[in-house]
Amino acid sequence: MNSLYNFAVGPLAWAAFIILAVTAVWRLWSMYNLAKQKDASSVAYMSWQFSLRSIVNWLIPYNSLGWKTNPVLTAVTFIFHICFVVLVIFVTPHQILLENAFGITYPTLSSEAADVLTLITIACCCYFVYRRVTNVTVRYVTRSNDWISLGLVAAPLVTALLGSWGVGGEIMPLLHVLTAEALIVAIPFTRLAHILFALFTRAYIGSEFGGVRHCKDW
Amino acid sequence: MSIQDRKIDDEGLAYGVSKLTTDKIQQTFNALINNETGAKLKAFSETCMRCGMCAEACHFFVSHGNDPSYAPVGKVSQTMSKLLADNGKVTPDDIYGMAQIAYTECNLCRRCVHYCPIGIDVAYIMTTIRRFCHKLGVTPQYIQDTAHSHSATMNQMWVKDDEWIDSLFWQEDEAREEFPGLRIPMDKEGADFYYSVIAPEPKFRTQLIYQAAAIMNQAGCDWTMPSMPGWDNSDMCMYSGDFEMMGRLKRQHYELAQNLKVSRIVMGECGHAFRSIYDNGNRWLGYKDYPVPVVHSIEFFAELFEQGKIKLTGKIQEPVTIHDPCNIIRGYGLMDKLRYVAHQLCDNIVEMYPNREHNFCCSAGGGVINCGPPFKKVRVEGNLAKANQLKATGAKICIAPCHNCHGGLEDIIHHYDLGIELKFLGDLIYELMEKPE
Ligand code: SF4
Ligand code: SF4
Repeated sequence: MNSLYNFAVGPLAWAAFIILAVTAVWRLWSMYNLAKQKDASSVAYMSWQFSLRSIVNWLIPYNSLGWKTNPVLTAVTFIFHICFVVLVIFVTPHQILLENAFGITYPTLSSEAADVLTLITIACCCYFVYRRVTNVTVRYVTRSNDWISLGLVAAPLVTALLGSWGVGGEIMPLLHVLTAEALIVAIPFTRLAHILFALFTRAYIGSEFGGVRHCKDW
Repeated sequence: MSIQDRKIDDEGLAYGVSKLTTDKIQQTFNALINNETGAKLKAFSETCMRCGMCAEACHFFVSHGNDPSYAPVGKVSQTMSKLLADNGKVTPDDIYGMAQIAYTECNLCRRCVHYCPIGIDVAYIMTTIRRFCHKLGVTPQYIQDTAHSHSATMNQMWVKDDEWIDSLFWQEDEAREEFPGLRIPMDKEGADFYYSVIAPEPKFRTQLIYQAAAIMNQAGCDWTMPSMPGWDNSDMCMYSGDFEMMGRLKRQHYELAQNLKVSRIVMGECGHAFRSIYDNGNRWLGYKDYPVPVVHSIEFFAELFEQGKIKLTGKIQEPVTIHDPCNIIRGYGLMDKLRYVAHQLCDNIVEMYPNREHNFCCSAGGGVINCGPPFKKVRVEGNLAKANQLKATGAKICIAPCHNCHGGLEDIIHHYDLGIELKFLGDLIYELMEKPE
């Protein structure tokens, strides 16, 4: 078991990150080239100023019409994304892995705090599931891809929590690492690709609204 | 809860679909994806989180009891998402429904952009579906007729060259009774600007040309109206998906200014025509900016007021509300200028909410009204939202500086019995301005 775990956090983790890096760069690069080649009349209006204006305004909770109209989802979306990023960076085991690989040290969360954040993040996922099932519009447009992405995100969270509670013994940490790696590798090929592209679609529509439409897009 | 449950008979759609095979559909779709669409469509399609946040944005959705098949993402899901998932392998019957959605259940108003955290432009996706349907020859009969007219006559309403010239002479003649010495200068080379209108003006709303002439005359403008094709700035081809024709129309409109050696073009109170010159037509032609400066009537009237060129005898005292046409407000940001002009004319403006760039569409725009009588009910019932907005203001007059909005709002006012009178800015300026004794 131990050697399996070591393999998972060692070579397999490297492989996952390398696959992510290569495929992410490839996806971004091919999208950029496609845009240049086929969407020149849109790319022409790209502007740093309006891109940033749009991104900043959408990063403020309850600032846009969309956030205002969907108050609960807005709260859950912000909490989910913030907690997720904080967990990925600041839980002690992740920091230790980074330290072993690159010698990086920084302050980390206590394991109690990490558990609470993980619980909150799982609760957010539960809300997403609940909404996907009960909101008529969302149910209407939900396909298997949406469930797969949600499952990919939830799995490492659940396994981390169970692991920290000692459920399942040694298998749980291993499952956590494996599901996290599955998530990492899946990013460029599932709905999770929004991690790569959302900033650019936002920047683009912000540039259109700023430069062509002379009005705000939030 | 699907387009299949609400198909509407339309001869154009039925005829187009009768000629289709699944193979032809697939070939055409692949050609569209390979040759015309790019990263925009790809990124929008892949990045949409299916979160449904955009639903509340759409007047069709909120006015149809929150039916998800009318939500922006619901419409994408029934059209582009399906096509992409099936690689274009869909049935002719599916295409009928897709065309009905894209042409008659989306005004391309872009209100949903304000609701989407990812920044997805559903109007672009619907436009792309229309382009696809145009390539398949599946277009609603009425809008296709206007597109045919554009290609045969370079105007939207089958107005013949001599009829156009006659209409201008006729209006000049009429107006000279009220304004002795008034001219509608035709083809005056080197004038400050030429004034372009949409073809429904000479066809049904000729008094608007009269009023424009009166205003130009009183303001002492150095202007002209062209006798040659290109005078019609409207563009239904942009909405039917016939982009080649859209390009020809816009080129002619711009080149007319160059032929007449005018410094700029002033466009009448129309929204879609304006969209076609600052957003769609120009891009198709590869122009980032206009080759010739163009201003919308709102900007032009604001200029006349700023320069003190229009003298009024008084202002409207009753409550007046303002409808913000999508194509010039959310599309071009003229909300402050519109308010400046409206406040010059009216003492008691009651805003309707949401307003400015958050306004609800009139539900006629995007070529929807041009799809004709078969689809009127959907459009009118699909805009209970606007009716409620109008009613809440308590105003009996509504300013709407756009032809399409007039058409759409007229139907809504009538259907919901709102008793509101619609006005163009030109109507009010003409009504209130000083005239010869
Ligand atoms: S009508 Fe307007 S709000 Fe509704 S889907 Fe079309 S662009 Fe979006
Ligand atoms: S709000 Fe945007 S991301 Fe969400 S469903 Fe609508 S289009 Fe997709």
